Amino acid sequence: MSLTDQEVRHVAKLARIELPDAELERTRSHLNTMLGLIEQLQAIDTTGVEPMAHATELVLRLREDRVTEPDRRDACQAVAPAVENGLYLVPKVIE
Amino acid sequence: MSRANWEVVIGLETHAQLNTASKIFSGASTAFGAEPNVQASPVDLALPGVLPVMNRAAVERAIRFGLAIGATVAPRSVFARKNYFYPDLPKGYQISQFELPVVQGGTLTIRVGEGEKAYEKVVRLTRAHLEEDAGKSLHEDFHGMSGIDLNRAGTPLLEIVSEPDMSSSAEAVAYARALHALVRWVDICDGNMQEGSFRCDANVSVRRPGEPLGTRREIKNLNSFRFLQQAIDYEIQWQIEQIEDGHKIQQATVLFDPDTGETRMMRSKEDAHDYRYFPDPDLPPLVIAAEWMDEVRRAMPELPGALAARLQNDYGLSAYDAAGLTASRETARYFTDALAIAGAAQAKPLANWIMGELAARLNREERDLADSPVSPAQLAGLVARIADNTISNSIAKKVFDALWNGEGADADAIIEAQGLKQVTDASAIEPIIDEVLAANPKSVEEYRAGKEKAFNALVGQVMKASKGKASPAQVNELLKKKLGG
Amino acid sequence: MNAPETVKSLAAKLAAGEASAVELAQDYLAKIRAANPAINAYVETNEDATLAEARAADALRAEGRAGPLTGVPLAHKDIFCQTGWHARCGSKMLESFAAPYDAGLIERSRAAGLVTLGRTNMDEFAMGSTNESSFYGAVRNPWNTGHVPGGSSGGSAAAIAAGLAPAASGTDTGGSIRQPAAFCGISGIKPTYGIVSRWGMIAYASSLDQGGPMARTAEDCALLLNTFAGFDERDSTSLQRPAEDYTRALAQPLAGLRIGLPKEFFGDGMADDVRAAVDAALATFRSLGAVTVDVSLPRAGMSVPAYYVIAPAEASSNLSRYDGVRYGYRAPEYGNLDDMYVKTRAQGFGAEVKRRILIGAYVLSHGYYDAYYLQAQKVRRLIAQDYEAAFAQCDLIMGPTTPNTAYRIGQNDEDPMAMYLGDIYTTSVNLAGLPGMSIPAGFGAGGLPVGLQIVGRWFDEARMLGAAHQFQQTTDWHLRIPG
Repeated sequence: MSLTDQEVRHVAKLARIELPDAELERTRSHLNTMLGLIEQLQAIDTTGVEPMAHATELVLRLREDRVTEPDRRDACQAVAPAVENGLYLVPKVIE
Repeated sequence: MSRANWEVVIGLETHAQLNTASKIFSGASTAFGAEPNVQASPVDLALPGVLPVMNRAAVERAIRFGLAIGATVAPRSVFARKNYFYPDLPKGYQISQFELPVVQGGTLTIRVGEGEKAYEKVVRLTRAHLEEDAGKSLHEDFHGMSGIDLNRAGTPLLEIVSEPDMSSSAEAVAYARALHALVRWVDICDGNMQEGSFRCDANVSVRRPGEPLGTRREIKNLNSFRFLQQAIDYEIQWQIEQIEDGHKIQQATVLFDPDTGETRMMRSKEDAHDYRYFPDPDLPPLVIAAEWMDEVRRAMPELPGALAARLQNDYGLSAYDAAGLTASRETARYFTDALAIAGAAQAKPLANWIMGELAARLNREERDLADSPVSPAQLAGLVARIADNTISNSIAKKVFDALWNGEGADADAIIEAQGLKQVTDASAIEPIIDEVLAANPKSVEEYRAGKEKAFNALVGQVMKASKGKASPAQVNELLKKKLGG
Repeated sequence: MNAPETVKSLAAKLAAGEASAVELAQDYLAKIRAANPAINAYVETNEDATLAEARAADALRAEGRAGPLTGVPLAHKDIFCQTGWHARCGSKMLESFAAPYDAGLIERSRAAGLVTLGRTNMDEFAMGSTNESSFYGAVRNPWNTGHVPGGSSGGSAAAIAAGLAPAASGTDTGGSIRQPAAFCGISGIKPTYGIVSRWGMIAYASSLDQGGPMARTAEDCALLLNTFAGFDERDSTSLQRPAEDYTRALAQPLAGLRIGLPKEFFGDGMADDVRAAVDAALATFRSLGAVTVDVSLPRAGMSVPAYYVIAPAEASSNLSRYDGVRYGYRAPEYGNLDDMYVKTRAQGFGAEVKRRILIGAYVLSHGYYDAYYLQAQKVRRLIAQDYEAAFAQCDLIMGPTTPNTAYRIGQNDEDPMAMYLGDIYTTSVNLAGLPGMSIPAGFGAGGLPVGLQIVGRWFDEARMLGAAHQFQQTTDWHLRIPG
């Protein structure tokens, strides 16, 4: 199993990471090497095996419906790249 | 081009904001209308290192909904990440449910149309699942930028998916209305569509009878029943025209423009819509014990369908009346409170007053039933006085007005204070009749000549002369006798 | 030469009034100023902040309210959110990020009166085994600065080995506490999944990440684990269990202890010098009364492939939040929104992180989920079952922590696969959620340290720490200091 250039570009788009043409080949090569590694899993017969998400049989814990968070906008927005009137600014969102 | 040659297939996806105090995965408030980002906790902002913790009340509301529609509440369900990039989605993924939702199946009975053409239909639901709402983008120009407010991010949503069982915009709207009424009835959602608490997406496709399902287009974010109907109607027309012009329908997501009444394609947010769902490793599976389901079941209010049936069976109300009285929990409670005081015999009169005069006044003044100046007890008192002939129906309207304007504590007080008691005593009415007959010889002559209208005119004169207090029934009877006809 | 200071020895000094917290802090800060430039173990120091904490610790002691660890200096891996400090996670993406809240581990450290010496360097977003991927420069192994200290907790390990901290916090997703502990000749433990809160611990792979202590000795690790461990309601994967004293088995003799040796951990991949040191260490355990038993973990060989599906998949999703909108790096020039995203992430992330995000997105993508992610999660269960079966025959499992000693700096630049394969003994432990630790077991070629890995059943940390402690009573590898 080997990724084509198009597939690499596609996955870079899914992940929102710009991939200049100059880096395409190197990236493709690395990813194919990783694919070669993980493909070994196909050899294992997992019929009837339940996937394991966590080590212990955890069950979702529920919390009481109470407002516990105060307004900490200033502290949280102190590290923001662009803020105005309490809003985070981004290039115009077009629907 | 004839609509009759086409079948329409519609399914609705509805997002109902659950009316919890705090968010689904954080302890920030869900209150509407706050300053931007003051209700966005580190968890809601997706700061590095934060983790979600599930709100019990959100789960409880999902259980309540599942039971209300007769669905299966899954004893074990799983949260999954839906991955895509958008500025109002801080984590770059939405925590939702994919393969194993908390509610599976269920049905909703809807009433479509009015009067004789009205019919009932059972719409099947596919599923309902819990997920988190995204924030909001504000597009007022900040020098060509958009402003992101994450107060709404993390508000609990119940996404309710219907089977594509609806075949017209009328059915779709009926379903949406019924669902809206139900989520408010069981108190899981305030249903405030202007505030975005209840949003519908409609999946619409058309086909010629006998052919396989057509390609559907999804109309997103319809937040009024009127827009829902207009958008669907436009979309149906558009699809039919496209196909008849020889074009194929491409799967697309579209937005409805209320100004133009048209649907148009959205710019795609996410190429190929590959959401890469996988179970959220930060959240173990949600387990709902049978005991909890039983607890919720016991605490459920009587559902509108059951109450409507009871109103028909026990009080002889019509299906139409029963439906109207159970349209909202407030209306039903108002009715049953009034009925408890006035007695079973007054069921129909109460129904008429509540759905007629009371509803009209509330509507005119844009008030909710909760703000009605006339209480159930007061209304009960009013209909009692009609029933025992103390006042006529027309006088009753005056008394109602007076109650509405706070002119008296109850019907009796107003009747007393304004001297509105109906006059039924023949010895009081007959002199008035005599006077009217004497004063209107022409009408008497016309009546004797066979003109029925003249009779009504005379009745009118008698009522006027008695300032409306004479019993219309008595007037009719006595007048007829006096005219010898 | 005096034995190096440990958490225990420093705690004793503080309790006896032989040194104040401020004196200890100043001492370490001076050492850091002098020696850190050569090894780059610390990314951030803040002498004012450190001394303020130290003064507060001394004040507590003066009031008679000191706890057992009050005033002891500690370094924190730059992955734990901590108010007053940056949390850069080895990345350009978070260069400007200072958290407005404390991680659970940090809160517990503060409550115990531990004094923050600084923030240690790490592989970017915890992805790496050499600490060469850090945006803030590679960390150098104090034993031989031409070699790596291991990763991703390379800065913490190097700081301890170089005497720039008595102990440090670390995190371990596929071996990131144990492997640098092995390469740097120190001790470190990754507890059972769910023991240490992940609240405020910047996520790499959520179902595998665990925080834990790193120090010279197993005893120190036990003391610190007592502070770090415990239920946190803000973490839905945190375990609610009765509180434990992880030092309770330190003095327990090892007679009759059954040590399982998986044949898969002693195969051809192991370097000769590592084999020799590990064999000698096992002989020491036998001399202490333990018996070794051959066991097998048939699917352990699949742990690296399974790890490199699951970890990148979870990471690709966990790192989507780094988009330049609310914090962190934003590309200085961009066109529309999409352009801002792709440039911010291309510029803010380093090469290894980008590779793992891409592979992660791929294995989750439409059509591949069943074949890769689901398959990996099933293999994961088989690996856990293998361990369960093995533990029916033994109490602890031991083997080398790594197949070889520390790589040269730049050795794996052209071949990251070699680096991935180095995780062969450690990754299965994370996949199964078991506790694992590494202790120094000797030296290999070139005087580079060799680590012995100890794996326990779920929640068996006390026994592991006890066995390690007994070993450290009769050996002195853990006391050695780089020349």
